[in-house]
Amino acid sequence: MPAARRLRGHAVTHKKKRRLMVLLLAGLGLGTATALTLTAFQDNIVFFFSPSDVLANKPSADRAFRLGGLVEAGSVERRTGSDGRPAATFRVTDGAQAISVTYSGVLPDLFREGQGVVTLGRLLPDGTFRASEVLARHDETYMPPEVADALRRAGHWNPADGAAPPAETWNTAPRPGRSGG
Amino acid sequence: MIPELGHFALALACILAVAQSVLPIVGAHRRDLRWMATAGPLAAGQLVSVAVAFGCLLWAFAVNDTTVSNVVQNSHSAKPMIYKLSGAWGNHEGSMVLWVLILALCGAAVAGFGRDLPSALKARVIGVLGWVGVGFLLFIILTSNPFDRIWPPPPDGQGLNPVLQDIGLALHPPMLYLGYVGYAVTFAFAVAALLEGRVDAAWGRWVRPWSLMAWSFLTLGIALGSWWAYYELGWGGYWFWDPVENASLLPWLVGAALLHSAIVVEKRDALKIWTVLLAIMAFAMSLLGTFLVRSGVLNSVHAFANDPTRGVFILALLMIYVAGAFAIFAWRAHKLAPTGIFAPISREGALVLNNLLLCSIAAVVLAGTLWPMFADILTGAKISVGPPFFNTATAPLAIPLVLAMPIGAMLPWKRGDVWAALQRLWWAACAALAIGFFYLAAMGYPVWPAIGMALAAWLVVGASADVADRIALFRRPHQAWQRARGLPRAAWGAAIAHAGMGVTIAGVAGMGIATDTLIALKPGESTRLAGYEWRLDSLTDATGPNYTARRATVTISRDSAVVTVLEPERRTFTVDRQTTTEAAIHTNAMRDLYAVLGEERDGAGVLRLHHNPLAPWIWFGSIIMALGAGLSLSDRRMRVSAPAPKGAAAPA
Repeated sequence: MPAARRLRGHAVTHKKKRRLMVLLLAGLGLGTATALTLTAFQDNIVFFFSPSDVLANKPSADRAFRLGGLVEAGSVERRTGSDGRPAATFRVTDGAQAISVTYSGVLPDLFREGQGVVTLGRLLPDGTFRASEVLARHDETYMPPEVADALRRAGHWNPADGAAPPAETWNTAPRPGRSGG
Repeated sequence: MIPELGHFALALACILAVAQSVLPIVGAHRRDLRWMATAGPLAAGQLVSVAVAFGCLLWAFAVNDTTVSNVVQNSHSAKPMIYKLSGAWGNHEGSMVLWVLILALCGAAVAGFGRDLPSALKARVIGVLGWVGVGFLLFIILTSNPFDRIWPPPPDGQGLNPVLQDIGLALHPPMLYLGYVGYAVTFAFAVAALLEGRVDAAWGRWVRPWSLMAWSFLTLGIALGSWWAYYELGWGGYWFWDPVENASLLPWLVGAALLHSAIVVEKRDALKIWTVLLAIMAFAMSLLGTFLVRSGVLNSVHAFANDPTRGVFILALLMIYVAGAFAIFAWRAHKLAPTGIFAPISREGALVLNNLLLCSIAAVVLAGTLWPMFADILTGAKISVGPPFFNTATAPLAIPLVLAMPIGAMLPWKRGDVWAALQRLWWAACAALAIGFFYLAAMGYPVWPAIGMALAAWLVVGASADVADRIALFRRPHQAWQRARGLPRAAWGAAIAHAGMGVTIAGVAGMGIATDTLIALKPGESTRLAGYEWRLDSLTDATGPNYTARRATVTISRDSAVVTVLEPERRTFTVDRQTTTEAAIHTNAMRDLYAVLGEERDGAGVLRLHHNPLAPWIWFGSIIMALGAGLSLSDRRMRVSAPAPKGAAAPA
């Protein structure tokens, strides 16, 4: 009997030890994952700003961010850069403000004037935006949600009012919020 | 008439699913054999009804029935038949019908092949699959009816998005869904075991093949998607860490953990509660993936159905299934008492480590994928989390995982000796270091790709060392052939799958030193890239069945010998005026030469040219992984009813 009890006691401590071990390991894994996530977040999160956001609080030049809005009608200029690569300049507008963007590379197939666009890059000291990437979707009717939100915040169009007005009129159309109409 | 028949069949399937979700489970609870016996016929009935509905949908697409709005939105008469048919599941509504068809197929398979299953467990598994079926059939009927009519019918459809008119994407959804839905089956086994209050080796033996099957299809599905993105989207990459891609990676990671922990349940009768939890989590990740892809809550480059009501419905399903399963788990898990005891350094211990690392990687990917959504809700900030985050955060977890893989595979059950395992792996370590340093020196010191190559060699040589050791290739060479034939297929499968992982990692490392250039060339002009001369010969017009194209002819030569002629195209589809780029690729298995034609100005064509070393290995390695899992699945022992009780320790 005493022998059996001792054996049983041994098994229980063993089990407890093992459980503790598993808990410690799991804690370690979770801790490492959290630490990794937080450190990587700090350096690698990319913010989205509309042209109004950018002019309101100029982001520093060492931080990449995404600038989005509509491609201003008549602003697109394609040329060949000094390095032989195709390049383009255009303006991105949210209806309230606009920012000049320079881009070296091929614009995506669905890049059109008056359409929603998201660009990734940095703000130069002269206030222009140098894009390293230009994203347009494989769908002509699609409006990136951030862009829709930026337009709404600029007071130009509320998605609740229905479909967006024709893109060509964006530069000149009066703002419903301000003209009272 | 046919579309109405399809709609009716869906409704009928839903009613059968309701019966299937109640009768067998109540029967199992009351130990009533007749009620339990309804499981099989109900599952078969559901399969037949959903198959009829799917058939009707295919018919509507095949004959281009423009009174069905789904056909109008996604098809066109001037489209090759194969893409008319694949268009049936190339859209939200149709793909959900395919989803429930595969689910019904799995339910019927459990009923049909599960003769050896204890009848109560079988009834409960089929019953739980019935719950899942009800939810998704209601989802289709209430929010995404594929048979909606429109009147008056337009003369023709709007066509399938041209980038979807591709064989890779015709096959991608069925593969992916076989994976996703396979986890519905392991989920059903987990919930059934909780209801039963019992998990034993026989349960592990049943869950393992299903998790193997789901995982190998998911592997193929993800590889197909990545391959499609590589050759069809024309951006020269294979993985973007896009939310939609992560949505398929999450169940893959958790599923890989499940696959390994189910082995511990089967062989050692341990890790039961954890395995049940993983089975629930794997399905939760599948559902989360479905939610992310279809709700449009996350900004992704892959457009799908962006409909909030559908998103809310799937979110509700996710809540009900996962919260429900967790409630049952909290209520019943204490019944699943652990029995097996093992030392930390053992095969079991290694599998626990594997699970820990795989789940940590999944947690990191999940956090990165969902954080933009939470940040938007909490602070209103619009942010995006891209490849730099995922690469930085997952690498420190993935490297130890890969390092541990060959060692763990060599450790014996119960109690092992790392030193002994390492001694048998010393030449794998030498090979890894040699290849790593060679790569470092030969390629101009790319640190990460060299580490990747070393890890790849470690996995491939380590897996070979494992097999060589098991068949005593060097100790008793004359018996090796006989021993190789006697080695269980599961052991071969594991070694092959691990080696496949190594091949994929080698491909990723090779892509780490890929080079590309962007240049405007006039016909006759040429450029150099990666030791090749790329000359643009001509820009011509071409026509296809439903598009017109501009085609560039690029001759690539090396040391003045012509290697190949590539013809990248820019296609304009006649129906919807969409333009797509068609990359041209020449591969010799060691590298891809990849050309994309961009816009055209002043007689010059803009070309993007890539030299992608080892690129095909990424997908080839995935196929090897899936084959390894498949070979494991074919192990005869998996089909034997229950393992003999294990008294003594398994031989090392």
